[in-house]
Amino acid sequence: MEIEFRNINKTFGTVRANIGIHFSIPAGTIQGILGENGAGKSTLMKILSGYILPDSGEIYLDGELAKIENPADAIRYGIGMLHQDPLDFPPMKALDNFMIGKPGSLFPARREAERAFLELRDQFGFTVDPNSYVDSMTVGERQQLEILRLLWLGVRVFILDEPTTGISAQQKEKLFLTLRRLADNGNTVVFVSHKLEDVEALCDRVVVLRRGELAGQMTPPYDTDRLIEMMFGKVIKLDERLPCSATDQLVLRLQNVAIDDYRLQIRNVNLEVRCGEVIGLAGMEGSGQELLLRACAGLVRTVGGRVIVNGKDLTGKDTHSFMRHGVTFMPASRLEEGLIPGLSINEHFILTGEQKGVFIKRDKAKSYSQNKISEYSIRGFPESRVEALSGGNQQRTLLALLKEELSLILLEHPTRGLDIESTIYIWSKLKERCAKGAAILFISPDLEEILQYSDRVIVFFSGRVSPPLDATLTNVDQLGQLIGGKGWEEIFEKEQVGVSNAAQ
Amino acid sequence: MQHNEKRWQNLGFQLGAVVLALLLTSLVILAAGAPPLDAYKQLLKGAFGTKMNVADTVVAWVPLLLATSGLLVTFAAGLWNIGVEGQIILGSIFTTGVLKLLQDSPLPPAFIIVLAVLGGMLGGGLWAVLAGVLKTFGGVNEIFGGLGLNFIATSMTIWLIFGPWKRPGVGSMSGTEPFPESLWLPTLPGLRLSIWAVMLGIIALVVIYFLLQGTYFGLKLKAVGNNPRAAFLLGIPTWQYMLLSFFLCGLFAGLAGSLQVVAVYHRLIPSISSGYGYLGLMVAMLINYQAFWVAPVAFFFVALNIGSIQLPIALKLDSSLSGVIQGSLVLAVLVVEGIRHRLLRK
Repeated sequence: MEIEFRNINKTFGTVRANIGIHFSIPAGTIQGILGENGAGKSTLMKILSGYILPDSGEIYLDGELAKIENPADAIRYGIGMLHQDPLDFPPMKALDNFMIGKPGSLFPARREAERAFLELRDQFGFTVDPNSYVDSMTVGERQQLEILRLLWLGVRVFILDEPTTGISAQQKEKLFLTLRRLADNGNTVVFVSHKLEDVEALCDRVVVLRRGELAGQMTPPYDTDRLIEMMFGKVIKLDERLPCSATDQLVLRLQNVAIDDYRLQIRNVNLEVRCGEVIGLAGMEGSGQELLLRACAGLVRTVGGRVIVNGKDLTGKDTHSFMRHGVTFMPASRLEEGLIPGLSINEHFILTGEQKGVFIKRDKAKSYSQNKISEYSIRGFPESRVEALSGGNQQRTLLALLKEELSLILLEHPTRGLDIESTIYIWSKLKERCAKGAAILFISPDLEEILQYSDRVIVFFSGRVSPPLDATLTNVDQLGQLIGGKGWEEIFEKEQVGVSNAAQ
Repeated sequence: MQHNEKRWQNLGFQLGAVVLALLLTSLVILAAGAPPLDAYKQLLKGAFGTKMNVADTVVAWVPLLLATSGLLVTFAAGLWNIGVEGQIILGSIFTTGVLKLLQDSPLPPAFIIVLAVLGGMLGGGLWAVLAGVLKTFGGVNEIFGGLGLNFIATSMTIWLIFGPWKRPGVGSMSGTEPFPESLWLPTLPGLRLSIWAVMLGIIALVVIYFLLQGTYFGLKLKAVGNNPRAAFLLGIPTWQYMLLSFFLCGLFAGLAGSLQVVAVYHRLIPSISSGYGYLGLMVAMLINYQAFWVAPVAFFFVALNIGSIQLPIALKLDSSLSGVIQGSLVLAVLVVEGIRHRLLRK
């Protein structure tokens, strides 16, 4: 099916997400939509798939005006979307998920559905078991399930929003093969990403969005520098490793710390963190790094050992006591734990800033916010509500909210979902903090990021905590093996925290 | 330009809601076999027909003003303080208790009244904190906790009236023994209206308006209400703020109950709260928790209440018609708001 966007406009509050978007996608191709965070990619795709309505503009399908007012309309036109976070029903079986959304009788024909499921699955060489529960499936398998479901619904246009986030290299390869096959069968695939290498490897053609506008189009052979220029308006290269600014002064000391969780136990963690140091915590999600990080903020109770901040024993104290001693924690879920939807950027600064007297001095607060907004290049206004900002700008806001005098900054996924430019920017700001004496502990699923920005690395594997490794002496391959649980004995043979201390 | 257009659009929707509510009510009146226009005329007459009517409307305005103002605080903190009704009742009980205790003492009457009013506020505040403690430490949702506490408060009134505080001889539904006139809040000559009560009501509203609009405290409450988890991580002591907002709302509700005793009934009666707590919840919902609109909308609601007293006499309609109008108005506004969101989906 050929898709044509004609002059699409969409505004959220004060943010213009799509400005006069105008281009078309021929049938049977894989169309890449490239752009940094907040460029308007997701918005455009949500308009195409009926989740939101544009302020103005039309969509033509095979030359005819389409009225897409909700996702059901979109499905009827044959347009289906795989979301960044698969929208499925975790406690249900794969087959039940498969059947949901299929219009039909009150009593669904299970057997027929199962037959269709297996047939489609084998056709594409997928491995999903119709009777497995969704919460036990990997992100890759969930994607397969979604693709099968959409195929069964008769979808001919597949929209994938950042589908390569959170899946392994193998799964990615498989996904690309599948998408290629879908396109060869005459379907249209729209592939939304901010990852250049994925787009270049897969797509037949690319459009680039920048700040809500169409910045350009390209067909192979791709000129990477040119694409980057279209995305950012300038050429960007990854920075040199920033120097370590560690001093000898201790910020944090963990002594024989033990943490219990219903899934895993962590025992005997000993760690000394110095001023100005950056320590990366590597591991598969749920290996214990989240627990340890939160324990350093007083958000998770330790069951043994001591947590000492700036020479003060804070074991068992609540998170506000940790905050008073210069510890801050930045959660991964920005709108759930970090920011307060319904409040403006300005109000966030008032809440975290200095508070003198009873009444708020709005004028002073506003000029302060204005300064912070330009200092951290947040795309928004003091009056903008935080939920109207893009993910990257929410992250910048969180960062701007950090107090001046901090000794320990704990970060969960500080650059999750951010593009290169934002990532570099955010780390340059964080390193400034280190230069002023703050220490940083951070979690990231991205090993490159950990190697790039940490001075030392700690590896987690199902509750086992490695001694710190010097980041300059290790590499992605080694870390990759360790987070998969391989090679611990060889590398940490003589260390005190090894297999003997591991839980279970 | 676009802004202006939006404002007109909003106004249009709100007018639509009022028309819808009137339509619904007219249907009910027709079903009861009375001419709607006549009924509305009687309502107006009942509320504003004579000087006495107007005074009665203002008398009823005060407790609703106080209850709604208090509720804005708990709503700001994201709490559904259904228990406001019981908090009004406890205000009345505490005030009655203080008056009974001190009425024979040599203290000057004005001083006794002040003590009684403060006692009533404290009573309401403590009853509210109880609902808050149940929520923060007992894990009881404040809606259920409040509902339970309301039942207890009502039963407590009945028990006091027929038990420890019964009139000499035999207890009666007409309440406890009235207090001597020296312990009444002074009223305007010939009317039941106390200028003191009205002033307290207006001061309360102004205080709440500035508290919520202009203070750090108000902003923090709003933060807790919108996202307690993030507010906590930003350093706001969440449960303390929740308890405090309950206490503040209880103070205002308690003041409402207290004034019902010292300014209106001069004794404890079984239905002392007159449902102003629930009515306050409706007003707060109707005005979308904007302090600016409390005074006019609360006034409109009590005018309906007072006006409807006229209905049984003039048209043989039950006075509960005012409740029908209020209920349909709130529902109509909420429905129209929902429709507006659907139509202008962003």
